[in-house]
Amino acid sequence: MHRVAVIGVGCTRVGELWDKSLKDLIVESATKALDDAGIDKVDIVYVGNAYSKILQTQGNLGSFTVDSLGFEGIPAVSIEAADCSGSLAFHEAYKAVRSGLVGKALVVGVEKMSDSSPEEVAKALMSCEDQDYVAFTGVTQPGLHALVLRLYMETFKVKHEEIAEFTVKAHKNASNNPYAQFKNPLKVEDVLRSPILADPLRLLEYTTVADGSAALVLCSIEEAEKMGKKPVVEVLGSASATDKLYLPERIGKLSFNATREAAKKAFEEAKFSVDKVNFVETHDSSTIMGVISLEDLGFVGKGRGASLVVEGGIEIDGKIPTNTMGGSKGRGNPVGATGVYQLVEAVLQLRGEAGKNQVKDAKIGLTHTIAGVGNFATVNILGCL
Amino acid sequence: MKPERLVGIVSYGGYIPIYRVKTSEIARMWGRDGETLQTEEVAVAAMDEDSVTMAVEAARYALKRAKINPKEIGAIYVGSESKPYAVKSSGTIVAEAIGASPNITAADFEFACKGGTEALQTCIGLIASGMIKYGLAIGVDTGQAAPSDELEYTVGCGGAAFLVGPKTDETVAYFEASTSYVTDTPDFWRRAERPYPSHARRFTGEPAYFRHIVNATKNLMAELGYKPEDFDYAVFHQPNLKFPLKAGLMLGFTRKQLEHGLLIPSLGNAYAGSALLGLVAVLDVAKPGQRILLASYGSGSGSDAFSIVVQNNPYRGNPIPFISQMLKRKKYIDYAQYVKHRGKIVF
Amino acid sequence: MLSAPRYWREIRYRYRLIGSRCLKCGKIYFPRRLVCAVCGSRKLEDYKLSEKGKIKTFTVIRRSPPLGYEKNVPYVVAVVELEDGVNVLSQIVDVSPEEVKIGMPVELTFRKVRENGKEGIIEYGFKFRPIFE
Repeated sequence: MHRVAVIGVGCTRVGELWDKSLKDLIVESATKALDDAGIDKVDIVYVGNAYSKILQTQGNLGSFTVDSLGFEGIPAVSIEAADCSGSLAFHEAYKAVRSGLVGKALVVGVEKMSDSSPEEVAKALMSCEDQDYVAFTGVTQPGLHALVLRLYMETFKVKHEEIAEFTVKAHKNASNNPYAQFKNPLKVEDVLRSPILADPLRLLEYTTVADGSAALVLCSIEEAEKMGKKPVVEVLGSASATDKLYLPERIGKLSFNATREAAKKAFEEAKFSVDKVNFVETHDSSTIMGVISLEDLGFVGKGRGASLVVEGGIEIDGKIPTNTMGGSKGRGNPVGATGVYQLVEAVLQLRGEAGKNQVKDAKIGLTHTIAGVGNFATVNILGCL
Repeated sequence: MKPERLVGIVSYGGYIPIYRVKTSEIARMWGRDGETLQTEEVAVAAMDEDSVTMAVEAARYALKRAKINPKEIGAIYVGSESKPYAVKSSGTIVAEAIGASPNITAADFEFACKGGTEALQTCIGLIASGMIKYGLAIGVDTGQAAPSDELEYTVGCGGAAFLVGPKTDETVAYFEASTSYVTDTPDFWRRAERPYPSHARRFTGEPAYFRHIVNATKNLMAELGYKPEDFDYAVFHQPNLKFPLKAGLMLGFTRKQLEHGLLIPSLGNAYAGSALLGLVAVLDVAKPGQRILLASYGSGSGSDAFSIVVQNNPYRGNPIPFISQMLKRKKYIDYAQYVKHRGKIVF
Repeated sequence: MLSAPRYWREIRYRYRLIGSRCLKCGKIYFPRRLVCAVCGSRKLEDYKLSEKGKIKTFTVIRRSPPLGYEKNVPYVVAVVELEDGVNVLSQIVDVSPEEVKIGMPVELTFRKVRENGKEGIIEYGFKFRPIFE
């Protein structure tokens, strides 16, 4: 088994990138990552994408990506697991490099959403749910988040403004991220006065249409050291897990098994526990998902996530700096690319290249992506020891 | 038409949607504020209701009360002039929803507002002949009316389902006889692919409604040797308040006999559901031994008249709401919501 | 255009709220399962679920509804905890959004769920409404 290093990262700006196609996005992030690694060839490409088949009717993304980059003949793997597509592509690439079967692997996460109408996007967002018994009810993806949000507030007697604070913190961090979609500062009143998406969830509590691509290059630690890479960012643990697709079967827990299971496995591999983690990049597809994820990952007790946010525990200088570059809400959520963005941001933190949002003495970072309302999760732990 | 073997009502269920619009609100819309309107309010189907869903609701109530295995039902007939599909039987959907499929015969009947009593008469025939054990006859409509038409002040939505079978000691009531009176009288019609019916104004009265109802009822009474006073209740089709009262008067019935079945002031004219919902309201209160006259009217034109004798009060310990309770369970909507509910705004 | 065969396959389950029950461990599911998620048994039977329950949590869809649902906006979607302990996702009808509360007793009703234009099939299925008092 080889120890695995991340030797190059790159990403595009996130937003409505009208002049960029799926291909443009892939090439921009991938070439940046390759340049950052100082190489021009890899042995395999892993592409994470959630909706190109629905929104662009573009399938076969493995071949599409390899060809876009002018590579020829190398194998490619296309991976779809909704919001976890990118982080799962990374996880699979990691396993391949770790096994020794693959030398250098390129991971690309990409999503192009702004080409499509809001109705088409809404339909795509629901594609990670059971179509016959969940989508059929007419519920939307924000609607599912709202069901969890209401039950959470009712169960733990938490105020909406406490949960909405997650967005405020996200935008604050995003304001210093040159790649972020939303850099405007917000007050909690702005969030709570924004249009209702699905009661009680407000527009500013939920991620929106975004285009973007992020990429990174993996190889073994020995190879990285041979190339003279310093500091070397290492993958210390990586895991994914699933949960029941039908939300009503598991909503009562207000906790997501997929997250807990993936975190448990990733920490087992890393051989340390959550208290060693210096910062976390979690997937706040909505405010409530961000809050519950902090609990499920073990940073705070059940029902206490919002308090941690309100008390400033998730700020750059807080107890556990969270979503240091703005998270899914602030940086933006190009769904299939989101997990790779998190990893790119974690690498920047570990290398000390996070600019104004640099977490002091960041040695270990955790990234966590969750699909839909918890039917799939990935956890990756990166370190620079 | 007397069946050789007596047929009874095993169970029944009426359904009235929750929404109401005040006719004064409709009048406000068309600049007729302050006029005296005989119908105070009309029942309006929800956005997600149609004649099929209301037929299912009525049928589900009937079955809850009956406690029979739905597989024993041999025929399902739905009478309606507001079928959601021009081609595809509503009966198939009702049968599946109540678990009666697949060994049944099913069809939809259309005869303007008398589709439901046609369905009833057909079921009586099939049961009396021994061809089926139980039959489910439904009359239901989401009454259609063009915006600002006189009809808009009277049309309502609702329906009733009657589970009929051989007369036993347990049946709620039984049918003594029925008659039908049918001629080609174009008083009210809707051409294919038109959304709203048209009508010939005052021609809908004397040569149409009155002639057919009066003749069907007279023939029934003649066949049975009954006089109006032999009936405790009389229920006529109710396109408005005036017509059933006048028909009753013409035939020699008193207002008291008509009162219990007169739902038009608070329900509106639910077309094929109109007379049958009136019958449900009467069965809700009638006592064993009482006799009910039911006479439907379908434009075009025809009338089916039935003599029904009550055997049992079906309501003891029963959880199914009375028609009087359904009429009280209501939510008012304004004209804007009304046109949205009734598909009068197109999008 | 909505798919007729896809709708048709689910008719009995959606019209009558039928889930499944594991013949080995007795666990009840909705929607139906082919393999028991508790004991792994592959022997499950159709199971008619209770038609009454309580609202566990709910939302109101106001923006960006899926195609075929836009006429119903705003509409309530809730997790309903049935009397037999199974949770189902369903629209709640015959109620204005302001009146819906967690814990509200509801019962099954049969409604139109989706209609896409005037050409295609009309899809019917269960929804819930406040219990008639």
